Amino acid sequence: MSPTAIEFKGITKRFGDFYANRSVSFSVERGSIHAVVGENGAGKSTLMKILYGLYRPDAGDLVINGEKRRIASPAHAIELGIGMVHQHFMLVEPLTVVENIMLGDEPVKNRVLIDRQKTVVRLFELSEKFGLSISPYETVGSLSVGLQQRVEILKLLYRDATILILDEPTAVLTPIETEQLFKTLKSLAKVGNTILIITHKLDEVLRLADRVSVMRQGELIDTLPAASATKETLARLMVGRDVLLHVEKNDARPNDEILSIKNITYTDAKGVKRLDGLSLSVRAGEIYGIAGVEGNGQSELLKLLWGMPEEGATVSGSVAFSETPILGKTPREIAALGVSHVPEDRLKYAVINSFSISDNIIFGRHYERDFLSAVGFNLKKLWAFCAEMLSLFDVRSAKGVSPNERIGNLSGGNQQKVVTARELTRPNLKLLILAQPTRGVDIGAIEFIHRKVIDARDKNIAVLLISAELGEIISLADRIGCIYKGAIRKEFSQTEVAKRRETPNEFEKQLGQFIT
Amino acid sequence: MDKNQTRMNTSKYLEASRPILAVLAAFLLGGVLIIAIGKNPVEIYGKMFSMTLGTGYGVGQVLFRATPLVLTGLAVALPFKAGLFNIGGEGQAAIGTIVCAAIGAALSPSLSPMLAIPIGLIAAMLGGASWASIIALLKTRFGVSEVITSIMLNFTAYALVGYLITYQFGIEGTMRTVEISHGAFMPRLDALTGLFPRSPVNLSLFLALALATAVYAVVYKTKYGYELRAVGLNLEAARYAGINTNFHVMTSLIAAGALAGLVGANYVMGYKHYYEAGGVNGVGFLGIAVAMLVNSHPLWILASALLFGLLDYGGLTINADVSKEIFLVVQAAVILFVIASQKAFKQME
Repeated sequence: MSPTAIEFKGITKRFGDFYANRSVSFSVERGSIHAVVGENGAGKSTLMKILYGLYRPDAGDLVINGEKRRIASPAHAIELGIGMVHQHFMLVEPLTVVENIMLGDEPVKNRVLIDRQKTVVRLFELSEKFGLSISPYETVGSLSVGLQQRVEILKLLYRDATILILDEPTAVLTPIETEQLFKTLKSLAKVGNTILIITHKLDEVLRLADRVSVMRQGELIDTLPAASATKETLARLMVGRDVLLHVEKNDARPNDEILSIKNITYTDAKGVKRLDGLSLSVRAGEIYGIAGVEGNGQSELLKLLWGMPEEGATVSGSVAFSETPILGKTPREIAALGVSHVPEDRLKYAVINSFSISDNIIFGRHYERDFLSAVGFNLKKLWAFCAEMLSLFDVRSAKGVSPNERIGNLSGGNQQKVVTARELTRPNLKLLILAQPTRGVDIGAIEFIHRKVIDARDKNIAVLLISAELGEIISLADRIGCIYKGAIRKEFSQTEVAKRRETPNEFEKQLGQFIT
Repeated sequence: MDKNQTRMNTSKYLEASRPILAVLAAFLLGGVLIIAIGKNPVEIYGKMFSMTLGTGYGVGQVLFRATPLVLTGLAVALPFKAGLFNIGGEGQAAIGTIVCAAIGAALSPSLSPMLAIPIGLIAAMLGGASWASIIALLKTRFGVSEVITSIMLNFTAYALVGYLITYQFGIEGTMRTVEISHGAFMPRLDALTGLFPRSPVNLSLFLALALATAVYAVVYKTKYGYELRAVGLNLEAARYAGINTNFHVMTSLIAAGALAGLVGANYVMGYKHYYEAGGVNGVGFLGIAVAMLVNSHPLWILASALLFGLLDYGGLTINADVSKEIFLVVQAAVILFVIASQKAFKQME
């Protein structure tokens, strides 16, 4: 067999006038882990969809295991031994692990009856062979995200896939789960499987991959051995210019306490304690970072701070904004005090996808007098404001940005810039609550948003930053609290943070210990 | 580039002509049915069009029948923009009509039209609005789906109206109410202008036109409408943005009830001058089709209501040659073809 598992030869894919892939060529060695990196819209996903049979290329060839192939459908791809783990899992949660694994390929006995046992036996073989232990009769919905992902991988192995494509596989994993996944992938590669991994986390690429292909604007920029690459070189190749991975900032000079959270307990409608005696305070002119794995109470804290606890939840403790209690206030009342909020899920909570950019840039501020006329909106002022924000926050779109454009047409990073622009420029802003401010945002735009957040801090605004990215917390926060099971388990003071930031990798490990 | 430009123009052209093509296709299907029962479709359609669009009386009838459909169409469209499906136009129209008839009959016969007409209109609106407020309350207080409550309240309204006509406001031995005060008669266009001779089309037509324009302006030009659309498109985001979403649910449903209630103005004040049992049945349901056909756009509802008015009266004109049921099939086919063509074109893109 040829030593090359996959060869992309001049793959081109157009959507209208837009080239999603432009003569992309590279090859992937059998038994290797090959990473494809690039910003949003660089064409990584399109390329993988072509390989998985979801798109047909307009030009170019795919050579799989030495043979030229036209992959017509995902079913065809699986036949050729190509399997894909999507970023959002394709699992049926109420079904058991076995049922999920055999779904679509059920073994049958006596012509009609499903032979579950056969699958279970096969599953045990695979589990043992690759060290992927799993309990077959558990329902998938009750498994952790890491185990669900394992089910996805087993599903592919069960179908005899030897080429595995993983789309952003670590986005939803805890640090420990990530470690386990990497171990699994390495052992899979060792026995001859080929792993293609799409990601934007450069650290992981360097740790995991044998080779890296970098894409930018639909083109393949370079393919290089991971051993000879650094984060900086990869970032430069991805963005096309030098990128500051850590923004420069001077020491914070904190002032009065703005936000004071004391001994908050939050029990949801099902009776689960989500926050358990959490206390913290944020002062004007500092960034307080909450580090933690998702699901440790961050979402509930955010809902509480923004006056939107779920129905049926019981809350005790106190939250004060400059000594004004805010528990029980509505979002609008809280905003009126000088608070603004970038929610964790932009699409769900912060923008209306089918509204224009100008409609979105005032969304939640649309009742400010400045934007209103006698009966409707003061369109002239609104457009002037929008144009100013678009240029100030460097919002870009492929066709040249216009306030009339649907926000859904913008890339994730640019949508986030619109939201950030809106929330950072609220009149009389005193407290900024940021949740996952750069999730799904390109490296180039991350730098930009970080800069703006630090600028806000330097204008004496208090910032509460919640992020699952430890790197982001370390590079932005002046003080750090580690959240675990609904409470701050450990707090690092300003001097501690300043000192430990000098060795970020070590600091990351330290933080990791307090959040798991 | 040039080729793309042409393609874009072609697709735009197709987009615009899509409903027309769908209507034509539905008529073709109806033609096949007419052939199947042994008649000549050219003759039948010819007769239908000459008797509807060919005479002043016919046009008047079409406009008269389109008027309530504009109102019930708007009653679906407005809450739809807030993400609500109001199927209760039927009941809201019935209650609006009975209240209008009852209040109209209670007015002094000598009361000037300048007072009597507004009172009649307000009565119709209050009737419909109060009926819709039940749905609104159940939705905002207890989170009960408006689809279920509005359907159930339609039946309740039928029963209530039947009772009221039989035992309260009706003339004994008939299934109709007493005549309303003369002052509350809505002038017919015939009497005002001489247009559309003898047809029942009346000033309510202009009321419906004005309301369609007003609903359009409110939805697309005001802060209220902006918030309303946000609520419909992304409820969670609207709440995050500090919008009082229950307020919009409440007000859009109640306004919808008032719009549907005005059906009574057209029927009682402009046409019969009393309420005969079953007189406005069906307009609420047809209003759903009217709104859905044009994606709940308040101005396009005018066109959509006209089409349904045409089909409605058109069916009557050829009743002697072709049974009403055949024409109901054409009516249903129009809806199906337009909706299917929307989906089909979306897939082609």
